[in-house]
Amino acid sequence: MSNNLMPRSEADLCDAIAQAIGDGERLAITGGATKSDIGRHVENARCLDMRGFSGIVDYDPAELVLTVGAGTPLSEVEALVASREQKLPFAPFDYGPVFGRPAGASTIGGVVAAGIAGSQRVSQGSARDHLLGFRAVSGRGETFIAGAKVVKNVTGYDLSKLVSGSWGRLVALTEVTLKVLPRPRLSVTKAMEGLADADAIRLMSRALGSQADVSAAAHIPGQVQGGASLTLLKVEGFGPSVTARCAMLDALFSDVGDLRQLEGDVADHLWSELRTLRPLAGDAPLWRINVAPREGAAIVAAIEPLGAKWMLDWGGGLIWAAVDGDPAIIRDAAARVGGHAMLVRGSTDLRDRIAAFHPAAPAVAALETRVRRAFDPNGVFETGRF
Amino acid sequence: MSLKMPAPDQHVIARRAEIAAALRAIVPGEGVIEDPDGLRPYESDGLTAYRQPPLLVVLPETTQQVSRILAWCHAEGVKVVPRGSGTSLSGGALPLADAVLLGLGKFKRVIDIDYEDRIAIVQPGVTNLAITQAVEDRGFYYAPDPSSQIACSIGGNVAENSGGVHCLKYGLTTNNVLGVELVLMDGEIVRLGGRQLDPAGLDLLGVVVGSEGLLGVVTEVTVRILPKPQTARALLIGFSTVEGAGQCVADVIAEGIIPAGMEMMDKPAIHAAEAFVQVGYPLDVEALLIVELDGPAAECDHLIGEVEHIANENGAVSCRISQDEGERMAFWAGRKAAFPAVGRLAPDYYCMDGTIPRRRLPEVLQRMRVLSKHYGLGVANVFHAGDGNLHPLILYDANKEGELDRAEAFGNDILRLCVEVGGVLTGEHGVGVEKRDLMPEMYSEIDLAHQQRVKCAFDPDLLLNPGKVFPTLHRCAELGRMHVHHGQLPFPDLPRF
Repeated sequence: MSNNLMPRSEADLCDAIAQAIGDGERLAITGGATKSDIGRHVENARCLDMRGFSGIVDYDPAELVLTVGAGTPLSEVEALVASREQKLPFAPFDYGPVFGRPAGASTIGGVVAAGIAGSQRVSQGSARDHLLGFRAVSGRGETFIAGAKVVKNVTGYDLSKLVSGSWGRLVALTEVTLKVLPRPRLSVTKAMEGLADADAIRLMSRALGSQADVSAAAHIPGQVQGGASLTLLKVEGFGPSVTARCAMLDALFSDVGDLRQLEGDVADHLWSELRTLRPLAGDAPLWRINVAPREGAAIVAAIEPLGAKWMLDWGGGLIWAAVDGDPAIIRDAAARVGGHAMLVRGSTDLRDRIAAFHPAAPAVAALETRVRRAFDPNGVFETGRF
Repeated sequence: MSLKMPAPDQHVIARRAEIAAALRAIVPGEGVIEDPDGLRPYESDGLTAYRQPPLLVVLPETTQQVSRILAWCHAEGVKVVPRGSGTSLSGGALPLADAVLLGLGKFKRVIDIDYEDRIAIVQPGVTNLAITQAVEDRGFYYAPDPSSQIACSIGGNVAENSGGVHCLKYGLTTNNVLGVELVLMDGEIVRLGGRQLDPAGLDLLGVVVGSEGLLGVVTEVTVRILPKPQTARALLIGFSTVEGAGQCVADVIAEGIIPAGMEMMDKPAIHAAEAFVQVGYPLDVEALLIVELDGPAAECDHLIGEVEHIANENGAVSCRISQDEGERMAFWAGRKAAFPAVGRLAPDYYCMDGTIPRRRLPEVLQRMRVLSKHYGLGVANVFHAGDGNLHPLILYDANKEGELDRAEAFGNDILRLCVEVGGVLTGEHGVGVEKRDLMPEMYSEIDLAHQQRVKCAFDPDLLLNPGKVFPTLHRCAELGRMHVHHGQLPFPDLPRF
């Protein structure tokens, strides 16, 4: 369907939604459209472009609070907080490059709606952990607010959690308030070469369970690395602290092998590979598998025979896998250990057959549906994509 | 006692014996309490001004029993109030005359600890501190540390999204819980989250945490455990003005430092605490800051120096740095005893819990002094300064005619002031009964309706913990079609309590 909608005020947005409800039309909420190839291909929905809600509303670095229009580009938000030596703690990333598109189109609303978190998820949490409040228009065509603009608040239900990762199925976000944190003065990456997968996960678990306060831990296998595997540990903070914590790691793993400090640009490159998933580029279906870290090796063992290319992040708890195997095998492997697998990239045909989200238990699925109906009784945001 | 609970259903009260018999068929023996003496310990929680014996108390021991109790009550239209340890300061576990009180006190088991994945799976009646005690010999701890941690249960922490002095750096309960087993009001058992990060679909776990017992009964909790920091050191800094202390806090954060704890006390609180524990707090200052740094020794040493420098730049009149663990504990002793210490100044005190943008602190304290004069009641302030969470303690005497009502009115004015300056009604104690009727100060009818419909998705008959959090009783069918135009409330004839 043509004629994208691009409202610039909440009143216009309410009208657009009311109109769509009246016409029996579905609305596909988008920002930078960087994730539009996730989920079923949608035909019978009109695109609701939220980039009209762009701009900085309020930023007080000393309060650690930032309020921005949901359509503001992620790059603009990141540049703003960086200018005050702060960061979005959940290390959000732009899905554009994952789909072979240029970086820079992603909006902050899209990041929140997709519940995105980068490698620092293990130490700093996800978008859900830093969304303090929001303004939105629900599927009822009503503007409402939830949460607040202070860092500590338990007044009423925590709808911010529900909206983070809701993929545009509850509300159209117009404004988000995020908790920001100081940017670390120093970031050092230590790497161990040549570890087998299970050994790498054990090393990452020991590191994350140590007093070295590791902020990210990832493992890139030899098949992707083109040589020996690399297990990465990131240590961030003030100089004297980073030095002391790196020494702790050296001592801790002296029995395992040589923990090498990577050059800054080498480290940046490797972490960006984990963000852009460039090593997994191509046409093969891309899966995002969440499990308890100790199960990471079992997942790898299950998908490698299918010819999977993969990388481990979050200490082993997140597996990115490009694999053209039977989706049932992948989902079963995740489900057997209590985890779940999301289909991120795939042909239109595959995405028509296989739901993006791992199917929930029937009682949970029914509850999810009731919650969605609470915000969107007419299903105006139910495009059939998920 | 200005807050009213929904009128009890006399038909349900008349069925008391029948309900007891039905519950006894599910939980045999002493798991069902009927006699008035047995009910008395449950008639109140930490908000002691409000008391109401429950219809009955039932103390199940298994998830299956919880499921059968809820299914039966659901089928029979009987209300249920869940309760953990009963330490809520907002009346979250206040019983109702026509409701079964469901106590989770027998769910005391630590089910699994996995040091490799850094998680603990526990039953909801396990106390907050007991989780730390279960893992501390391996060098781990559970980070959220509400002041009641010795008594409060993890199930209650989940319901209230509890915080503590360390939550600026380590987060609230919601940031430290990975999964729950939850029984819905109709008896359905669901698992939300698990051992892994991130849900497969909607983050239902995220909305259950902090839902104050209105969405379901938690029967198992998976939490993250963290390695205990190598060291912790603290500074005790006195200021001659509140503004100086406030600026010091802002400058510490602007310098990129997120302390493990950053607490402020005003003059009345300092004097009360020092008189109570005698740890050497300076008495000639207007504001006292405790700043705690944790991590590797090298980090603490470095940051102690930075904070000391910032304090001096902001006109600190005294600054002590803990030299050993004993001294650090002494710095905290006064702060941790602040509530009982203030309690000695008057027969009763009423603890408030608003959050404000930190920059508004001097103005808020000034206006609080004006309110204090107006109501003729004293107030002392302790403040989680890092995150702007204010705990004014209002002094009153419940035995004096009208003082409780005055204290409540004073407290309500303080919370309205918090909202007016851009803050919120509650930072960590929850809305419960206490702040229920103030919700419209912060949220419009439309905002609240969006929250209440979530309740309807979990508990469409509104049987679970009714009368809490929401000021207006809307039946779910009415919420479905509710529209508000030009501020006019729909259904003006519906009871508002």
